[in-house]
Amino acid sequence: MTTTTPEAREPAPAPDRPRRGGRGGGVMSSTGLYVATGVAGFLFLVPFYLLLRNALSTDAEITGENWKFFPTDIQWGNISELFTDGTVPFGRSLWNSAVVATLHTAGVLLVCSLAGYGLARIPYRHATKVFYAVLGTLMVPTAVTFVPSFVLVSSLGWVDTYRGLIIPGLFSGFTCFLFRQYFLGFPKELEEAARVDGLGYWGAYWRIVVPNSLNFFAAMATITFINGWNSFLWPLVIGQDPGSWTVQVALSNYMTNQTVVFHLIFMATAFSILPLVFVFLFLQRWLVQGIAQTGIKG
Amino acid sequence: MSTTSTRGLARPAPVKAAPAGPRRGLRGSPTFNFWLFTGPFLTGLAIFVYAPILWSLWLSFFEARFTVTPDTFVGFDNYTYMLTNDDFVGSLGTFTAFAAFIVPTTWALSLSLALLVNRLRFMRAFFRSVFFLPTACSYVAASLIWKMSIFSGVRFGLMNTVLGWFGIENIAWLVDPDPPWYWLVIVSARLWLQAGFYMILFIAALQNIPGELYEAAAIDGAEPGWQTFRYITLPQLRATSTAVILLLLIAAYQAFDEFYNLLSKTTWGRPPLVELYYKALGESQDYGAGSAGAVILTVLICAVTLLQGRFLGFGRGEESK
Repeated sequence: MTTTTPEAREPAPAPDRPRRGGRGGGVMSSTGLYVATGVAGFLFLVPFYLLLRNALSTDAEITGENWKFFPTDIQWGNISELFTDGTVPFGRSLWNSAVVATLHTAGVLLVCSLAGYGLARIPYRHATKVFYAVLGTLMVPTAVTFVPSFVLVSSLGWVDTYRGLIIPGLFSGFTCFLFRQYFLGFPKELEEAARVDGLGYWGAYWRIVVPNSLNFFAAMATITFINGWNSFLWPLVIGQDPGSWTVQVALSNYMTNQTVVFHLIFMATAFSILPLVFVFLFLQRWLVQGIAQTGIKG
Repeated sequence: MSTTSTRGLARPAPVKAAPAGPRRGLRGSPTFNFWLFTGPFLTGLAIFVYAPILWSLWLSFFEARFTVTPDTFVGFDNYTYMLTNDDFVGSLGTFTAFAAFIVPTTWALSLSLALLVNRLRFMRAFFRSVFFLPTACSYVAASLIWKMSIFSGVRFGLMNTVLGWFGIENIAWLVDPDPPWYWLVIVSARLWLQAGFYMILFIAALQNIPGELYEAAAIDGAEPGWQTFRYITLPQLRATSTAVILLLLIAAYQAFDEFYNLLSKTTWGRPPLVELYYKALGESQDYGAGSAGAVILTVLICAVTLLQGRFLGFGRGEESK
């Protein structure tokens, strides 16, 4: 069952299963089912509708006396205004987020996968002890230790730098743990074949193990990227100068500003979500697989 | 997909020392390779995870305002200060109230969505995507939409507009703690963001329930509907439900983003991390008390995690060689 993700399994409802009515069905007619799902779906989409409506309206229409369901004239000009308006460095923060999320993802995958492989597959006397040292960090969520981490990073002089934003977040005990669990299940025969061909651990890892694990890497990459892009507390603590804000910190600051320019704020929010919506639409398969595999592990 | 997902894959025989072949000196040496693979990670872990924890443990016993290299040892003063501090203790109360709202509602909503989506025959992928899409949004973006559009306290907010159609006065959702409408705002935002994620977990679990169970129940005369749900579906989902509830609890414990953004200029509704943020990094820069608070929170969350281990058998080293 492992190789079949919920995604892959879903198009063909298992034939051995009785009619769906048997699955706790019967209470609800098919119409009722679709009405309930439709209403829920509608409610889930309302925030997206509001986001787009506000982003493409004028402030006068957003704050007007009567509710306008759609802007009279779609204000595409809001986009260029967002990036030319000198008072908010939004383009800069988008760039910062792209750099941070990308390097964060690359770094986490590299460092944690290597360690996960080492812990899973290289026989070493004290490996179990090392593994417990890693497990121990799972007990302490990084969010709770932001005060001491900030103290450390500021004494290194990394406040307001990419280093400060990226490096402290790379050493995720949880990701390492997930990679270890994955590699424990990696078919050993493949590596043994590589050994016979004269590859050492390092060579076998890069030439055999990684190329055969791209599915898992893709799933982890998608989740790590989303978390990196959306993270807020750490960038807030580290990014004190507006030039080093990520989009999340920038949005938060616009929200609490004295002067509120609605259409720009909502356009900025739309742009902050856009990259993830793309990740989402095109990589949903990896994402669902990753969540089904990792979420349950807590 | 249950707990076996990552390890079920063509499970190898227990890892027994691959013929420790020191064929080519260092390159073949397992010890060298072990450190080669794990070294970078462990170094980072020591510097950026263990060192801050230890440093903060040390700081918590010192009078440390505006400095991280203090010299006034104060024993447990920071701890007694934090534990008798109304704001900090109040923040634990806020967390408790928040968890009491958010954990059951998210559990119920995500399970309901999973049951609905799982029964759909057409447009299944579409609806699953619709419910899942909010997972792509950040807490900051959601807070912004909630605060400035849906629950804006003025007349052009969506909720106040809708209420206005029924002749109800505007409600100041966030700026007035009495009645505490802000809970509705915070809970609905987090529900929207999280429900789809847990729905995916429940869908995966639902698809793992063997169909024969329902067939057998039908033969025994169980009414499809509430009876099969109560006596088959729900018990079969127990492991997933437990995991989801504990994940939700830990997530609630770490809540920061939406509280910080939605209630920025208020003094009420501060969960522990927000309180800690203002305490340690705000005006007073009191690292000593802030560190003591972090240690207290860490101890509390360790207790929760250990409880989780009790329930899930997590990290019991079942597979460590």
